[in-house]
Amino acid sequence: MLLDSLFNGVAIGSVLLVAALGLAIVFGLMGVINLAHGELMMLGAYTTYVTQLIFKLPLLKPYYNAYVIVSIFFAFIVSGVVGILLEKTVIRKLYGNPLETLLATWGVSLILQQFVRSVPLAYGTGLVISLIIGLFLPSVFSSKVKESIKFKYAKFISWIFAALAAVFSGNLISSSVSKLSRASARNVDVTAPAWMRGQVEIFGTAFPKTRLMIIIITLISVIAITLFLNQSAWGMRIRAVTQNREMCDCLGISTEKVDVLTFGIGSGLAGVAGVAVSLLGSVGPNVGGNYIVGCFMVVVLGGVGNLLGTIFASFGIGIMTDLIGAGRLLSIWPDMPLPLSNTINFFATTSMARVMIFALIVIFLQFKPTGLFPQKGRMVES
Amino acid sequence: MGQLPNLNEFMRISRRILAGLATASLAVSVTSCGGGSDTSGSFDDTVTVGILHSLSGTMAISESTLVDTEKMAIAEINAAGGVTVGGKSYKIDYIVEDGASDWPTFAEKSKKLIDQDGVPVVFGGWTSASRKAMLPVYESKDAFLYYPIQYEAQECSNNIFYTGASPNQQSEPATDFMYKRSPAAGKPFFLVGSDYVFPRTSNTITKEQLKSLGGTVVGEDYLPLGNTEVAPIISKIKKALAPSGGGVIINTLNGDQNVAFFKQIQDAGITPSNGYYVMNYSIAEEEISTIGPEFLEGHYGAWNYMMSIDTPESKKFAADFKALYGSDRVVADPQESAYNMVYLWKQAVEDAGTFENSAVREALVGQTFDAPQGPVEVMPNHHLAQTVRIGLIKPEGGFEILEETDGVVYPQAWNQFEPSSKGYACDWTDPSKGERYKL
Repeated sequence: MLLDSLFNGVAIGSVLLVAALGLAIVFGLMGVINLAHGELMMLGAYTTYVTQLIFKLPLLKPYYNAYVIVSIFFAFIVSGVVGILLEKTVIRKLYGNPLETLLATWGVSLILQQFVRSVPLAYGTGLVISLIIGLFLPSVFSSKVKESIKFKYAKFISWIFAALAAVFSGNLISSSVSKLSRASARNVDVTAPAWMRGQVEIFGTAFPKTRLMIIIITLISVIAITLFLNQSAWGMRIRAVTQNREMCDCLGISTEKVDVLTFGIGSGLAGVAGVAVSLLGSVGPNVGGNYIVGCFMVVVLGGVGNLLGTIFASFGIGIMTDLIGAGRLLSIWPDMPLPLSNTINFFATTSMARVMIFALIVIFLQFKPTGLFPQKGRMVES
Repeated sequence: MGQLPNLNEFMRISRRILAGLATASLAVSVTSCGGGSDTSGSFDDTVTVGILHSLSGTMAISESTLVDTEKMAIAEINAAGGVTVGGKSYKIDYIVEDGASDWPTFAEKSKKLIDQDGVPVVFGGWTSASRKAMLPVYESKDAFLYYPIQYEAQECSNNIFYTGASPNQQSEPATDFMYKRSPAAGKPFFLVGSDYVFPRTSNTITKEQLKSLGGTVVGEDYLPLGNTEVAPIISKIKKALAPSGGGVIINTLNGDQNVAFFKQIQDAGITPSNGYYVMNYSIAEEEISTIGPEFLEGHYGAWNYMMSIDTPESKKFAADFKALYGSDRVVADPQESAYNMVYLWKQAVEDAGTFENSAVREALVGQTFDAPQGPVEVMPNHHLAQTVRIGLIKPEGGFEILEETDGVVYPQAWNQFEPSSKGYACDWTDPSKGERYKL
């Protein structure tokens, strides 16, 4: 009973956490209010769908069971690359203007939603492939070429190559997978492979396997990102830039590169979250919009700029949702006084639980406006 | 002061020019889209009708199928010689407007269709919210809206004609079936729905009906629109139904929320093989194929039309639709309603001998039509008498029809189980009765 409740709370919380993790980096560390975060999740979800269909082709059919694992990497790359493009074209010009960033990224989110509605997924995939080539091909040239004037041409040529790759791969996918060759506003469905469906019994309680899978994805993402931020050289640079941008600039850290990398990783994590949510529900243009408010809520509650806060906040909200929404308090304490039990019964519906959670968060933020784990330091005060 | 009339005059003229341009360009686009079908026969004149559904936004997925069906019905009528009114044959043209899944837009576009385009009739709407937004427009202008979706039927307008099922033509027979004759007969009920007017009203009706049948409702929960986190609901269902070894779940969730719901209840072991049976009021053939029949197999649905109906009319309807829009497309109850309403309007106009509203309204009541579902008839309360069917969802998709009523079920515009409307009815043919009178 208690185990069941705890599991449900953790399951709800881990969906929130995996969705908010990318935002915790983009909004928390960089201070960018990215309203297109949900749409980057959506791209991740669509990547899962495309991967699933590609793995149904005769050539890859024997490996079908592994497609979810593969799609996690694909989704990270796809959303990450789109995020990098977004940073380079839109957000870079708007650092320090939160209101403009908010409006611009909202616009981007609308564009992305309409994009998946009106462009056949095959060509969308082709476009992403060309973006990957266009952005990364120039970096394989030797530093000698990069310094010379010819690098401009090299870049130009690689974009031409990228465009050709887009046309080629788009046509290839659209001719081999007919479902991807037509644009459709219709929601699509990701079906988990057989080994991920059904239940598994632990300590006499049955748990849905997809939920366990999401918890594992979340756990791995959290561990990987923590290790990256705390152990790697680039992670150290990211944290340094967060704390004092001017000083880093002076010390020879390319803050521009750090910005691109941070935003790319944040976006990539949104893609991973997209894989997770595609396992729960259907995949459609609006899937991201359903999560964006929850993501901001988690990050603000946890304390902006603090991963630990995000983790506590999402599990806290998850457990509270389950406690209130499923009316668990009543079964834990069956003979509580009548007025109290009536109140709890009143809030024991999904709609009212949501109201209650929001109310609790608002009250909490009245007393601790900076969240659970406020960041201390010079940047915050200035 | 002197300048104002001039300005008004100028505005009026420019608006007229704009309107003219707009209609001209629309007419061009309509004909270039092939909207008018092959017009081998010659017509004396054209009549332009309005089609108003969401072509963008969340509802676009569902509503665009209605536009397709309405276009097909219009094309069929045109191919058969159009509408004959007063000895003249009219070709039907249409203007399609996008309600954009936004309820005020539905009202705005209705005004545009009525005032600017002067259409005699509008076929449109899906959600109750969009209908509620449009209703005052049609009533104040005394125009006519045809609405094709099953809904709560706690409404009866003189200016709206409802071809979808009322609760006594869908949820009531379904509850009766689940309580008395399903594998979970006699077991307790749990009600799940999206949080808006139709599921709440529908569930109130179900609760009252079960009270009179002697059944029990052990729980009820609503998911806010757009929310797909169903874990708390699942634990509640388990807690409430597990002690009796399963039971009946009445599902009125909307659209995509169904996907999350069915994926997750299956993972949680709430399946027919464990004794849990879900009766659905908003899952038709289209939704079965999007959600995936592997998740829905063994659950139930209740509709007036099901694609598996084995009659020549039904088969022709499905085959024609597939021929026009692709072999992977399916037809479902809402589409059949949309198809019927175009034909019923045509018949009423021909009987009235004019496109004028009050005459058409009078001619409409009593119209019968051999619909794909079987014969239907327009009743004095502006709803449709139709057949009710209970279907079992098959592993390969679609329904296996388990039960169907002998003949039509007459629609109730005010529900007799819902306490606030009990004892009331609607009759527009009798001026002393009207929208709501005591029985």
